[in-house]
Formats: sequence, C-alpha cells, structure tokens
Amino acid sequence: MNPAVVAIKILRASITVVLLVTFVFVILRLSGDPAVQMLGLEVSQEALDEFRHRWGLDRPIWEQYLSFFWNILHGDFGQSFIGGRDALGVVLERLPKTLQLMGLTTIFTFGLGIPAGIYASLHRNTFADRTIMGLTVASFSLPNFVVGIILIMILGVTFRWLPTSGSETALHYIMPIITMATADAAIFARFSRSAMLEVLHAPYMRTALAKGLTWGAAVRRHALPNASIPIVTVGGIYVGRLIAGATITENVFAWPGIGKLLVNSVQLRDLAVVQCIVILVGVTMVITNLLVDLAYGWLDPRTRTGDEK
Amino acid sequence: MIEQPNAAEPKLWRDYLRAMPPSILISAIWIVFMILVAVLADVVAPYDYKHMDLLDRLRPPIWLENGVWSHLLGTDDLGRDVLSRIIFSIRISLFVALLGTFIGAVLGTTLGFTAAHFRGRVDDLIMILIDFQAALPFLILALAVLAFFENSFLLFVLVMGIYGWERYARIVRGLALSASSTGYAVAVRVLGASPARIYLRHILPNVSSAIIVNMTLNFPETILVETSLSFLGLGIQPPLTSLGNMVGFGRDYLLTAWWIVVLPSFVIFVTSLAFSLLGDWLRDILDPTLRGN
Repeated sequence: MNPAVVAIKILRASITVVLLVTFVFVILRLSGDPAVQMLGLEVSQEALDEFRHRWGLDRPIWEQYLSFFWNILHGDFGQSFIGGRDALGVVLERLPKTLQLMGLTTIFTFGLGIPAGIYASLHRNTFADRTIMGLTVASFSLPNFVVGIILIMILGVTFRWLPTSGSETALHYIMPIITMATADAAIFARFSRSAMLEVLHAPYMRTALAKGLTWGAAVRRHALPNASIPIVTVGGIYVGRLIAGATITENVFAWPGIGKLLVNSVQLRDLAVVQCIVILVGVTMVITNLLVDLAYGWLDPRTRTGDEK
Repeated sequence: MIEQPNAAEPKLWRDYLRAMPPSILISAIWIVFMILVAVLADVVAPYDYKHMDLLDRLRPPIWLENGVWSHLLGTDDLGRDVLSRIIFSIRISLFVALLGTFIGAVLGTTLGFTAAHFRGRVDDLIMILIDFQAALPFLILALAVLAFFENSFLLFVLVMGIYGWERYARIVRGLALSASSTGYAVAVRVLGASPARIYLRHILPNVSSAIIVNMTLNFPETILVETSLSFLGLGIQPPLTSLGNMVGFGRDYLLTAWWIVVLPSFVIFVTSLAFSLLGDWLRDILDPTLRGN
C-alpha cells in the first residue's frame, strides 16, 4: 500500500485517540470537581490539594488538559479509591481473565459461524439455509444476559452440571463461552454466507468450471479464498461486540475480568478505573480498525492504488 | 376490461397486508399488541406495578401448582404481581426505545445533512466524530457517561438517543450528497429556496425511506441495549421498572421462582425479534439498495 495512504490512516487513527482522551477529559470536568469525584468526600483537605496539584487542577484549563494527556501517555490514570492503588495496575491485573474468555470465544465463534455460513450459501434456499438464517436472526434478538441466565437456570440450577459463577476450573468457562459465541457466531454466519454468495457466481467461477474443475474444487480453490477477504472487514465490529458482550457476560457469571470491574467501578463511581478502561477499550478499537483497514488493502489487490502493482 | 389498468395503480395497504409473509404478519400483530399494552398499561394491568403483598410472595403462574387466578403470572419476591410489572415494563422499555430511536434519527439526520451541505472542514469534523463513535462500543460509552454523571431517567434517555446516530449520519450524508446534484435539488436551488427548505422539503422526503428502515432496525437494538444496562442495574432505576430490571432482580430466585426471569426475557426476545423481522422486510420492499448490508 502507498506509504502516504498508510500515513493518512495512521494520522486519522491518532486523531480519534486524541478525541477519545478529550471526550473523557470533558465529561470528567463537566461532572463536577474531579478531586472530590476521584477521591470522594471523606478525605482530608491536604489530600484534595495534593491531588489538585498533581493533576494540575489549580492551573488554567488548557494546561490541565495537556497535563491530563501527559499523565495518560505515561500510563498514569490516577488512583482507584479501593486501596488507593494505581488504576492501570488494577485494570491490567484483570486483563488475562478477560483475554482468555475472548480468545476461547473467538475460536468457537469462528468454528461455528463461518462453516454454518458457507454451508448455507452452498445450499441456498434449502431448508438448511433457511434454518441457519432463521437462527441467526433469532440470536440477534437474544441479549447476552438472557442467554446467560437461561443457561444458568438449565445447566446450573436445574441439572447442576456446571458451576454458575467464578472462573476457577475449566468447567467455569463453558457457559460464558456459549453465551458469547452464540451471539457473535450469527454475524459470521450471515457475513460469510453473503460473501460466498457474491463470489459463487463470479466469472472466474464459471471459468474454473468450464476448464473442467469439479464444483467442490472450484469452491475450495476459487470461491473460499475470495470470499474470505471481506470477512476481514467484520473484524472491527466483531472486536467491539466482543468487548460489549464480555462486559455483560462477565457480570452474569461473576467472571473476574475487566467487564465485571468496569460495572463495579461504575456502580462505585471509581472514576479513575472507569476512565482507564474506557481509554484502553478505545485505543484497542482504534488499533483494530486501523489493522483491519490496512489488512484489507493488503489482502485485496483491487483496492491498491495505481502506482504500485 | 377497461378497469384492468387500475390493477397496476399504486398499491393499497390491503395489498401490502396480503403480500406479507406469515412471519411478518405475526410480528406485526405482536408489535401492535405490545403497543396497545404499553399505551393502555394503566387500564389493563390488574395491579399497580409497585403494589407489594408480602404475605403472597413468589406465587407461581396459574398453570403451575398453587397458581391463583388473582395473579395470572404469579408474584415476585416482594409479592408484586408479575403480569402487572411486565405490562408496565413493556411501557417503559418501548417508551425509552422509541424516544431513543427518535433522538438518534433527528441527531444523525441533522449531522448528515450538515456534513453534506457544508462539506470541507465541517464534513471532516463530522466524519471524525463518526470515527470516534465507531471506536468506542456503545455499551462502554454509555457506562462511562453513567459513571461520571448521576443517573437519571432524562440522562438515560439521552444516552439511548446517542445510540446509532452515526449510522443515520453516514447514510443521510451519502444520500444527500448524491441528491443535491440531482435535477430536482438543482431546480429548487435555482428558484431561490433556502438550504433548510431544500433539505427539509425536498431531500428529506427522498431519503426518508432509508431513515425509516434504519429506525425500524435501530429500535430493537435500543431495546436490547436498554434492557442490558437495566439488567446491570445501571439503566432504569427503581421504583421504575424495565424488562431488563426484572431479569436482573429475578436472577436470585432462579431456583425457586424461574417465572420472574423467564417471562420478561421471553417478552424481550419476541419483541425485538418481531421488530427485526419487520425491519428486514421493510428494508427489502422500501429500499432494495440497502439489501445485504
């Protein structure tokens, strides 16, 4: 890809990150005295003054903005008022559990969704296709918390097969993963189906069949590789849904990850932790979208600009 | 024979009804039913949704053992009538979703027109805002706003209104850009119409089907976001009730009183499914260009 195009994309991504930090700064300032917000009312005047000085709250607003930015660039998101610990530390400590959940969910989501979508496209308008598509529409209408609660009711409470909260053993992983994967597999099923349908009737498929390839070989060698390119574009949406899905699911199953931490922090108004999570999620999303954008350009030669082929 | 050409005249509502597949018809009937329940909640609910009867707690629905006619769907942990609570929850959840969808449509459409009209810097700015919205999953954004500000019904509705604005903005901007160079827009501009008049009187009707389709698709999603936040205890606050609240509070009684959780879950599922199916169908007939999006 043209270096200038890449540079512009990176610049746009950086602007989005700046906007994200600005957004957090603005709502933090709009919502009241940050010192009181962050530390609570039951601290000494000295602690408040110390906090105001450290975050530069006694200085003009633009200076405050710059120092807010500066601190965040150095990984200083302020202190959680639970134990007065460094907010970033509190968040990072929970990260592995959330990443495990997301990683395993992704394997099941792909493994379930993509084959289902490909199968549906190859058997278009049959009973199987309609059933798969019907299931995807239904799963869009089933919020994560309903799936989770119903699973708990059946597998956890009625039959007592699986533990309903925590993350200690492998058994604890089953229900959260089912909950998250059912929602997201539907996206991949629908998307891979439509991507396949688009390429199945492309001229190169006719050429492949005309030169004597069997249908199966033509699908494997020509349709699947071409259909796999647009699936990359779902990446950004998927990561966003994965984060939102994990937030709900972790709370249903008392999973000790970032999503549970976020909701608890919102309830306790532990703003340092909330702002840390919001910025980390935003930066993750910006990087994902950027990578998807670049990967798409790299994978699909048609989107490359004329001067490099 | 002379009357034959009339058969091809613009279709009547009756024709649309006849063209509806059974699933869409059922969805439409369910939606009408839900709207009636929401509007007539005061009349049809047998009890006030806050009315407690501590002597009659966790009563099962009528079809189970110990069910009584006075509480068709049983009672919850505080002895409140589940049917009445579901009816009032439907009212609140639909009301919030309706307001939220409407605010989002107005906001997004206005920004879309603004971007298309001024182009240049303004357009860039709005596109950057759209990028920003895409960079933050809405649930996280909503949680952040609700953390920083004290949660109130008004704030919550406004937050729901932000949901999905960027999709309207993107669609409307694109359509308005192409519409403003078409004959009718050029013609009224030459006649001296103000930009506001051109956009509201001439371009808006032409992009309205896309907006309506997007609203129908946005509506069930707003229900899901609202119920999810309410489930987490961060959306609708007691004493008001929402379908999500009911599931959230009922989860402690899964073993003894599953109906407190299952019945509202069922309503959420069926209602958002009905709206999604209707939205998909509307998209196919009103706006074929959006298909497969």
